[in-house]
Amino acid sequence: MVESLIEIGKLIFSVSFILTVITASTPLLIAGAGELVAERSGVLNLGVEGMMIMGAACGFAGAYTSGSIVIGAVCGVLAGAACSAIFAALTLGLAVNQVAAGLALTIFGTGLSGLIGRGFVGARISPAPKLDLPVLTGLPGIGQIFFGQDAFVYASIALIVGIWYFLYRTRAGLVLRAVGDNHASAYALGYRVLRIRLLAVLFGGACAGLAGAFLPLAYTPFFIPGMTAGRGWIAVALVVFASWKPGRLVGGAYLFGAVTFLQLSVQALGLGIPPQLMSSLPYLATIAVLVLISSKRGTAGLAAPASLGLVFVPDR
Amino acid sequence: MQLVLEKRPERSAFAAVVSPLIAISLSLMSMAAMFAAMGKNPITSLGVYFLDPLTDSYSLGELVVKATPLVMIGIGLSFCYIANIWNIGAEGQFLIGAVAGSWLAVRTNGTSVGPWVLPVMLFLGALGGALYALIPALCKIRFGASEILTSLMLVYIANYGMDYLVRGPWRDPHGLNFPTTADFDPVATVPILVPGSRVHAGALIALVVVGLGAVLLGRTIMGFEIRLLGAAPRAARFSGFDPDKLVIFTFAVSGALAGLAGIIEVAGPVGHLQPDFSPGYGFTAIIAAFLGRLNPVGVLIAGLFLALTFIGGENAEIAIKLPLDLTKVFQGVLLFYVLACDSLIAYRVRLLRTQHGREFAHG
Repeated sequence: MVESLIEIGKLIFSVSFILTVITASTPLLIAGAGELVAERSGVLNLGVEGMMIMGAACGFAGAYTSGSIVIGAVCGVLAGAACSAIFAALTLGLAVNQVAAGLALTIFGTGLSGLIGRGFVGARISPAPKLDLPVLTGLPGIGQIFFGQDAFVYASIALIVGIWYFLYRTRAGLVLRAVGDNHASAYALGYRVLRIRLLAVLFGGACAGLAGAFLPLAYTPFFIPGMTAGRGWIAVALVVFASWKPGRLVGGAYLFGAVTFLQLSVQALGLGIPPQLMSSLPYLATIAVLVLISSKRGTAGLAAPASLGLVFVPDR
Repeated sequence: MQLVLEKRPERSAFAAVVSPLIAISLSLMSMAAMFAAMGKNPITSLGVYFLDPLTDSYSLGELVVKATPLVMIGIGLSFCYIANIWNIGAEGQFLIGAVAGSWLAVRTNGTSVGPWVLPVMLFLGALGGALYALIPALCKIRFGASEILTSLMLVYIANYGMDYLVRGPWRDPHGLNFPTTADFDPVATVPILVPGSRVHAGALIALVVVGLGAVLLGRTIMGFEIRLLGAAPRAARFSGFDPDKLVIFTFAVSGALAGLAGIIEVAGPVGHLQPDFSPGYGFTAIIAAFLGRLNPVGVLIAGLFLALTFIGGENAEIAIKLPLDLTKVFQGVLLFYVLACDSLIAYRVRLLRTQHGREFAHG
């Protein structure tokens, strides 16, 4: 037992730990980033899981048929955006309840991705290449971590920085936050609430699609139905955990990556802990995190956008 | 030109009846288009999917077998959704109910115990489902954690928990290493109602649930509180209702019904506990609840229709080699249309001319 603990301790301070965490966190980070923007505009899209699995299926289909990871990623992005367009048509166009529409999108996406991906089960591609710079990648320790990742990882970081800049340093970002905090006032000031929300939802869908495409294109080089395994839902929970702030999303996503690492390494050590318990860890952690964050926030500083999830119909 | 929504002065009763029918018609049309895209004859495919199961008595029995869990779970979920409380983890409560009830069946397996076993199993199933549903309810009222996410996470956990039991402690020692418990004893099995079919006594329980649900929602103070909390939460609070109490109540009811449906499914058509015994009844029941307009009698009809999609899907896979995933796509599309058509009950869609419309809309 003690030896095993020492073994785990050694692993935690290893390069492979950090590499595993980064890989496991990237899809959560990308999907969470998109959902954060949508929620900041006041739209709660619970269809992330459905958009992600569609991104995974279409991303793999695109990459396998074209032989190009880039085309695969583009297919994933388009699939996610297309799904979010259905969601937008319902919730923004027809004022449908957002929770119900998001659930419908997840059920629909799960089914359709199975249909699309059916012909590709068992097929393999060569995964997205990792960056390989002359000197830098070879640096001991940090080289691989900073200069040896695939494009998805760098994209996820760029995405977060970009979103932070957009939300807090541009006028458009301010308008988007205003729409999410009080749609009636924003509308009265002359902003096109529904149009801004449409763009935010489409962006969220594109991100979810990209996050889904990451799974078969970089994480495992093949597609299996249902391979997102609840990551879309965890991404939604991460946005709550992050109090709707992009910076905190990074911390949350990497925390979940660490849970995944723990799960994998404990399974590898074989301590006699049931594998099902270890597999349940990310979901248990999500509940624990939601409880902790929600209770700590108390009544004073509710961080959620005030109009989140509310239907808006322009008044004439 | 611009489409705008206009709130109707009062909810149209006509639209309330017609909208689910329009939704089903639109879904069938979309399905026909999908069949055509897959190179099948749309008309014959629709026939295989939706009419063939209705033509022989065995399939009709299967319709009842599959509708039973959908109706029971769907009615429980209606309680939650009417009150604007979002239990989407019914699948987990269904599994835990199955596990809780199976505990007794596994413990008493092979011993000569009395006929009390089955009623106690059903009770344990309902209790297990209710307790499991109380986890998200308590997380919500005590800590303010979103019940949507916690209830869904518990589905994955329930799945792994059940998987552990049937692969580990509860595995049938004579089962050739298959991950399943031993077949339940006759006293631990729900009796068959119609000889020659799989229709079991659970169908009667589902009908009782429909009746009780309709009375509870329509004729009691509790039902009124649930409806008021959903329609006007502020008014409900001012009139002194305790929203927390309703969260507990609706979660407990929906969890108990899902758990009861779970143990009935395992002790009835399945006959033992095994992984993946549910084709996602807990999620399809969400669609049944909305298609039935959150009304117990409506959910009964919706449950039968959704059961048809399961059987039709299996039929179409065998007869014309259509993939099973098509059923899920159809169910998702159906929910899209149901929600969209529901919107037409509350709103009227009007077409405005561009120039005039824009001024009007922003004026």
